[in-house]
Amino acid sequence: MSASPFTVVLTGNPNCGKTTLFNALTGLRARVGNYAGVTVERKEGALRGADPQYPVTLLDLPGTYSLSPQSLDEQIARDVLFRRLADVPEPALVIVVLDASNLQRNLYYATQVIELGHPTLIALNMVDVAEANGHQLDIDGLSKALGVPVLPLVASEGTGVAALKQILQQRAREAAAGSTDPSGSAYQARSFAELPEVFGREAQGISARLQSLYPHRQRLADAEALLLLSDDRVFNSHRDLYPADLLEAVQAARKRLESAGVDWRSAAIEARYARVFAIAQHVTVETAQFGETFSDRMDRILTHRVWGLLIFVGIMALMFQTLFSFARIPMDALQAVVDHTAALVAELMGPGDLQSLLTGGVIKGVGAVVVFLPQICLLFLFIALLEDTGYMARAAFLMDRLMSRVGLHGKSFIPMLSSFACAIPGIMATRTIESSKDRLVTILVAPLMSCSARLPVYTVLIAACIPQRRIWGFLGLPGLTLLAMYLLGIVGALGMAWLFKKTLLKGEPPPLILELPPYKRPVVTVVLRHMWDRSKLFLHRAGTVILGINILLWFLVTYPRNEELQAKYDRQLLALSNSPIPPGPEGNIPESIMGIRQAAVQREMAGALLRDSFAGRVGRFVEPVLRPLGFDWKIGIGIVASFAAREVFVSTMSLVYNLGELDTHDAAAQSSLAETLKGERDEQNQTVFTPLKGVTLMVFYVFALQCVSTVAIVRRETNSWKWPLFQLVYMTALAWVLAFITYQGGRLLGWG
Amino acid sequence: MNPPVPLSSLAPGAKAVVTGIQVPVEHRARFLEMGLLVGTPVELIRFAPLGDPIEIRVRGYNLSLRKHEADQIQVRPA
Repeated sequence: MSASPFTVVLTGNPNCGKTTLFNALTGLRARVGNYAGVTVERKEGALRGADPQYPVTLLDLPGTYSLSPQSLDEQIARDVLFRRLADVPEPALVIVVLDASNLQRNLYYATQVIELGHPTLIALNMVDVAEANGHQLDIDGLSKALGVPVLPLVASEGTGVAALKQILQQRAREAAAGSTDPSGSAYQARSFAELPEVFGREAQGISARLQSLYPHRQRLADAEALLLLSDDRVFNSHRDLYPADLLEAVQAARKRLESAGVDWRSAAIEARYARVFAIAQHVTVETAQFGETFSDRMDRILTHRVWGLLIFVGIMALMFQTLFSFARIPMDALQAVVDHTAALVAELMGPGDLQSLLTGGVIKGVGAVVVFLPQICLLFLFIALLEDTGYMARAAFLMDRLMSRVGLHGKSFIPMLSSFACAIPGIMATRTIESSKDRLVTILVAPLMSCSARLPVYTVLIAACIPQRRIWGFLGLPGLTLLAMYLLGIVGALGMAWLFKKTLLKGEPPPLILELPPYKRPVVTVVLRHMWDRSKLFLHRAGTVILGINILLWFLVTYPRNEELQAKYDRQLLALSNSPIPPGPEGNIPESIMGIRQAAVQREMAGALLRDSFAGRVGRFVEPVLRPLGFDWKIGIGIVASFAAREVFVSTMSLVYNLGELDTHDAAAQSSLAETLKGERDEQNQTVFTPLKGVTLMVFYVFALQCVSTVAIVRRETNSWKWPLFQLVYMTALAWVLAFITYQGGRLLGWG
Repeated sequence: MNPPVPLSSLAPGAKAVVTGIQVPVEHRARFLEMGLLVGTPVELIRFAPLGDPIEIRVRGYNLSLRKHEADQIQVRPA
C-alpha cells in the first residue's frame, strides 16, 4: 500500500539558493502551476529516488523576507505556512533554507517560521561562501539555539543533498508508520522575540482568542497573535479574514501599548533581531578578517559610473540583437514545419470547408503562436541568466533613477524590457513588485512597448508606404521609421505611467528596498528549468486563446457564403477552362497561362466573398469611425481582426487584397504584399497607402491594445475584468486620438 | 562623538551607526525587517551611476535604497 505523499515545504529568503536545492531534490520532474485565483508560480515536485512506498512531495514557496507580506509572492508563502489555502495540504515538514553567508537577516525569517510550530528543519546553504568570507559556523550550536535540526550544505554543488534526501525519506517512513505525532502534542512552543512584558501580555490575550476561534490552528496562535499586533497592514488586507470583534481587540491592545510607551510596530522586530544577533555572534567564528569579496570587485565595474552604464547598454543591445536576428533561424524553421503540415493536410483532405478550417484556422492559427516559441524561450533564457547570476538586481539599481522620474521603481524596468518581446511575460514579471499600485501601473503600460507581434505589421507597412531614401547619407528612412515607432512606444509607456501615477493610482512613490545579492555562477539546470517552465506556460495559454480566436475568425471571413457570387465565379472559372488558349510564343506554355488566369479569378472571388462575409460587414460597419484616420473598410477588417492578435493584420490584409492567404513571417511574401499595397488605388484612383496613411496606421498599432492573450493575462493577474477592460479602452482611445492627430495634422501640413 | 547626519550624506566607504528611522510608518516595518534598526552599523558603499539610489552594507549584505528614504535615516558617523 502506498501512503499519501509526505508534504515538504521549502521556504526562505530570496537569493538563499532555495530553488537550486529544490531542483537538486526533485530533478527535472517538477510541475509548475498556479495557486488558485492568482498567478504566483506554484512549484511542486516529487523527491527524486524516493521509495515508491513512501512518496515525498516538495513544494517550493516564493522567496520571502518576512511573514508580514509586502508582495503577492510573500503573501502566498505566508498563507501556505498558515494553512490558509484549501488546495495546499498541511506541511508535514518545513525546510527553511538559510544563506549561511547572510546569517542575520536569514535567521530573522527562519525564527519566525520556527515559531509557527510545524516540524521544521534548517538547510544551511552556501556554507562554502560563508567560509570563503571568513565565517566558520558552529552547526551544533546553531541547532541548539534554534531547537531544530540544522543540516549544512552547498546546494549548487550537491554537497549535503544526499543526506537531506535520507532525512526526508526517513521522516516519510516514520510518518507512515505513525511513529511521529502529526498533531504535534510533542510540540514545544518556542519564541525568539523577548518582548516587553506588557507586549507579551497583550499578545497572549490575542492568542487565546485565536485559539478559541480556530481550534485547528492552535499551534499557530502565538505567532499569529504577534503578527496581528505588529503588522500595520493587517487591517487593510485582512478585513474579511478575521471577525470584527477580534480586530477590535487588536486595535484596543495597540492603544494600550501606545499609552504604555511601547511601539507595537517595531517592538517585536527589534526583540527578534536582538536575539538573532546574539545567536549569530554565538555560532560564528571569524577565521579571517572581512575583505573585499568577488562580488565587491565585480560591482566596482558593473555599477561603475561609466563602465557600468556602458556594459548595461551592451547587454541590452546583445539581448535585442539575439531576439530579433538569431531567433529568426529556429522561427523560420518552425514556420516551414507549420506550412508543410498545412499543405500536407490540405492534400490529404481535398478542398472543402473542413479542410479550410483545419489548415487556415487551426494549423496556421496555432502555428502563428508556436513560431514565437524560440523568441520567447530566448527571452526567458536571458532573464533567467540575469536573475540567477544576480545581475538583474543591478539592472534595477542602475535604472531606478530613470524609472523614478515617472513615479515607478527600478523593479518595473525588467517587466517593461521583457514587453519588447511580448507583453505576457512582461506582465508576469511584475509579481515581484511590492506595491500593488506600482504593479498595476506597470501592467497597464507594459503593452505599449512595441512587442514582437507588431514587427510584421511595421515591416509590411514600411515596405509599402515609406520611400527608400537616405538621410545624411547613411541613415535609411525605413529603418528610422521603425526606430521611431519603438521610441514612440517607450515615450507613450513612460508618459502614461506618469499620468496614472499622478491621477488614477495616485500615491507616494513606495520606497525602494532592493537587495543586491552576491554574484554567482548560474546553475545550468536552474536556468534551463526556469526558461522552459515559463515558456511552457506561455505556449499553453496563448495557444488555447489564439486557437479559439482563429477558429472564430475563420468563420467570420468564410460565412455567410454568398451562393450567387460563388456561382458567378464558378461559371467564370468553368468558361476559362473551356476556352481555347492561344499557344505561347514557344507554343509550349498554355497551361501556365491558364493557371495564372484561374488564379486571378480565384483571387477576385476571394475578395468579393470577403466583402460580403461577416468580417466584411464588420469592416464596413466600423468604417465611419476609421474614416477620420484615413482608413477604409478593408483596413477596418484588418484592424478589427488584429484585436485578436496584431500579426493577424498582415494575413488579413493579404486576404482582403486578393493575394490569397499569406503567411506573416515569410519575407518574400511580405514584400509582395507590400507591392500590392503600394499599387492599391481607391475609387478616385488615388494611392491608398500613402506615407502619411502608413505612418498613421503604424501609430495606431503602437498604441492600440490588440491582443486577446494580453487581455486574458491581465484579467488573471489583476483578478478582475475591470483593469483589462480599462486598459483596452484607454489604449484604443489613445491609439485613435493619436492616429487622428497624425493623419489630420499631416494633411494640414500638406503631406497627405 | 559625531553628531547624527542623514544616511544619504555619507561619503562612499564611510561607516556609521543608525540612530533614528523617520521613514513614514507604513513603510518603516520593512526597513526594520531588513535589519536596519537603531544601533545597527552600516557602511555606505556607493551611489548609483545616475546619483540615486544608494547602496549600503548592513548586517553582512548589500542593500539598495533611494536617497529620499536615506534622507530620513539618521546615522552617527564612526
